[in-house]
Amino acid sequence: MSRLIPHPLLSLGLVGVWLLLTRFSLGHLLLGTAIALIAGWALGALEPPALRRRRLLPLIRLAAIVAGDIVRSNIAVARLILTNGRGNSRRSGFVEIPLRLSDPTALAMLAMIITATPGTAWLEHDSENGVLLLHVFDLIEPGDWVTLIRDRYESLLMEAFA
Amino acid sequence: MTDFDTLSLWVAVPVGLLLVLGSTLTLLGTVGLVQLKSFYDRLHAPTLGTSWGTAGVLLASILLFSALDGRAVLHELVIGIFLLITTPVTLMLLGRAALHRDRAEKVRGIPPARARGDAGSDG
Repeated sequence: MSRLIPHPLLSLGLVGVWLLLTRFSLGHLLLGTAIALIAGWALGALEPPALRRRRLLPLIRLAAIVAGDIVRSNIAVARLILTNGRGNSRRSGFVEIPLRLSDPTALAMLAMIITATPGTAWLEHDSENGVLLLHVFDLIEPGDWVTLIRDRYESLLMEAFA
Repeated sequence: MTDFDTLSLWVAVPVGLLLVLGSTLTLLGTVGLVQLKSFYDRLHAPTLGTSWGTAGVLLASILLFSALDGRAVLHELVIGIFLLITTPVTLMLLGRAALHRDRAEKVRGIPPARARGDAGSDG
């Protein structure tokens, strides 16, 4: 099983994408499965680091929180652009956030979250001491952003990738 | 060829609203890109287009073609997923390049590179 399908999650995902892109039919199911299996072997040859144990529930909660945040920050940034930064009183700036996360998959997810929410940009992460350098579009209190990222996103990611 | 005329109002109105929402946000993002002063500020503007700008247009497309074909047309989701995964790569590439340049030119207000023993070997 594990030799034939070294990355079941990846292969399953690829079959799903293949069927979404084409119309569902038996032929496409077989073709998609074949491609997914070959891709699984190819990834196996690269020997990526094994995924840690994940829990789904915190990830679902995180997805719901992030979906709401994306809507809110879209409105906030759009309004700032329209009002010319509240009449030029907007200040942007850098924030350094010490992260406790070290799992690469979890960090990648955090990067996706931060990028997908307008108003925050992930600039640099130092993997040695775990400090993340963030640029914030509307910076009022740097400490708020540290607690926001750490309590709102990071703690749930830590739970999921414990 | 097009059977848009047969489309019921209950589908047409949300599709129109989503399209206008998505394209307006994308337009605002481009306005910000032109109007904002610093490079780091400009990084934020196009993310309007890559988040709800895209989401609005994709949702409209899903809704419209699902209604026209009478089945769930979901391949737009793949666009959304790929965009979500690939935007951080571009953003980090641009952001780190700007940081590297500004540090080399000793621009004020840029956080210094973390002490790593050898300051010259910045990855």
